[in-house]
Amino acid sequence: MPKKKKRTPLQKDYQIMAKSKEPKRKVLLNATRAFLFGGLICTFAQFLQFIFIRYFGFEESQAGNPATAVLIILAALFTGLGVFDHIAQWAGAGTAVPITGFANSITSAAIEHRSEGYVLGVGGNMFKIAGPVIVFGTFSAFVVALIKLVIQAIGG
Amino acid sequence: MLVGRQSWRFNMKPVILSSASVGGPFEAQSPLSGDFDIFYDDLWLGQDSYEKAEVKLLEHACKKALEKAGLQPDDINFLLSGDLDNQITSSSFAARGLRIPYLGLFGACSTSMEGLAIGSRLMDSGGANYVIAATASHNAAAEKQFRYPTEYGAQKPPTAQWTVTGAGAVVLGKEGDGPRVVSATIGKVVDMGISDPFNMGAAMAPAAVDTIETHLNEMNLDSDYYDLIATGDLGFTGYNIAKELFAKKGIKLKDNLYTDCGILIYGNNPRVFSGASGCACSAVVTYGHFLNRMRRGELKRILIAATGALMSPMSYQQKETIPCIAHAVSIEHIQ
Repeated sequence: MPKKKKRTPLQKDYQIMAKSKEPKRKVLLNATRAFLFGGLICTFAQFLQFIFIRYFGFEESQAGNPATAVLIILAALFTGLGVFDHIAQWAGAGTAVPITGFANSITSAAIEHRSEGYVLGVGGNMFKIAGPVIVFGTFSAFVVALIKLVIQAIGG
Repeated sequence: MLVGRQSWRFNMKPVILSSASVGGPFEAQSPLSGDFDIFYDDLWLGQDSYEKAEVKLLEHACKKALEKAGLQPDDINFLLSGDLDNQITSSSFAARGLRIPYLGLFGACSTSMEGLAIGSRLMDSGGANYVIAATASHNAAAEKQFRYPTEYGAQKPPTAQWTVTGAGAVVLGKEGDGPRVVSATIGKVVDMGISDPFNMGAAMAPAAVDTIETHLNEMNLDSDYYDLIATGDLGFTGYNIAKELFAKKGIKLKDNLYTDCGILIYGNNPRVFSGASGCACSAVVTYGHFLNRMRRGELKRILIAATGALMSPMSYQQKETIPCIAHAVSIEHIQ
């Protein structure tokens, strides 16, 4: 993070005053909603997993994949129907943290840039928001794998 | 005529011959819906992009204003227009269609009054017989450019504002009936170190207060001189901050004198959080609601300070704070 810019005393005073006039984010309410809605999504995914094991002959270790795929399809569908952002305003991190948030970030960017064509618009912007998640997710996986290898080499 | 350092008094007092406000589907639910000329029930306006829809908004507002004034585009000397799109394409593309000699302006959401002030100055110096000043914004086009895709599910904070989909235009002439533009104060860029693009009200409030204070000082007026003083798009948060700043500076505002276009346009609709913003916000409220109230004789003298946040998505990513500006224009009903 870049260093915090130096503020003049006038700016400091103003920001303190402005802060006191701003409506606060309802952190506790938002966290509760996120917990409930995020939990609901995960319970639903668990239910899907059972269905895939029970009726579609999936192994327990494999059944997570089709369950995830269903969540992605549903998130994309709700994004396309224009309701996902309204649910997300209510649920906050509850929809953003599960795979639904990731699916929404890609679908919404793809829809948004359809007007600039399939290649430069959809293709070029689809990962505008999701891109950093993939980059740093892959990089973190690499670092963690490296640490694991080193520990194994030492004889851990 | 220059008054003080940054104000103009217009000796010939250009007449607002006509004005027009157009809005999108969400604006049709506005408590001020009776003051709009046209509503569109489709955010796309039959176009294949939001940017093209914004061009149509601007074109239709200009055409409606011309129609009401009984003038043709050929009669107009200059079109002054600006918007929020990159390189103000909406304005330039609308000017292409209207075929009126054009000066593009960028003042972000202060563009409405920037255009009206410069247009009046052109008229006052004898530089034009008819001027049209216009501006537009489109909710989805602005979100796309400045924030996230419209369907992206990020939770907005309570200080966030809703960009108005709409356009406003005024036709200025030398003679005729209608409210007149009397004076204007050009604002300084003020930056109080706010960098959150979801808190524009707090960023812009000091610029608005600075311009209004300067206007009253340079014109040697008391705030009571006006029946109404309005800021452009501070929203509830910025409005409350501005009131506090006025009090600190010792500027007394009598009850119901000071208001904000960003609060008026959507009322207390919770969907808009802290209120409205966008170039069209001050334009549609002023050119629709306020001017209608003047024409009905409810208001005699008003001062509109349109506020603009002069940031770009790039400057935000580079962690720059948000420089803001406000331009004030005084409109009076003179018998």
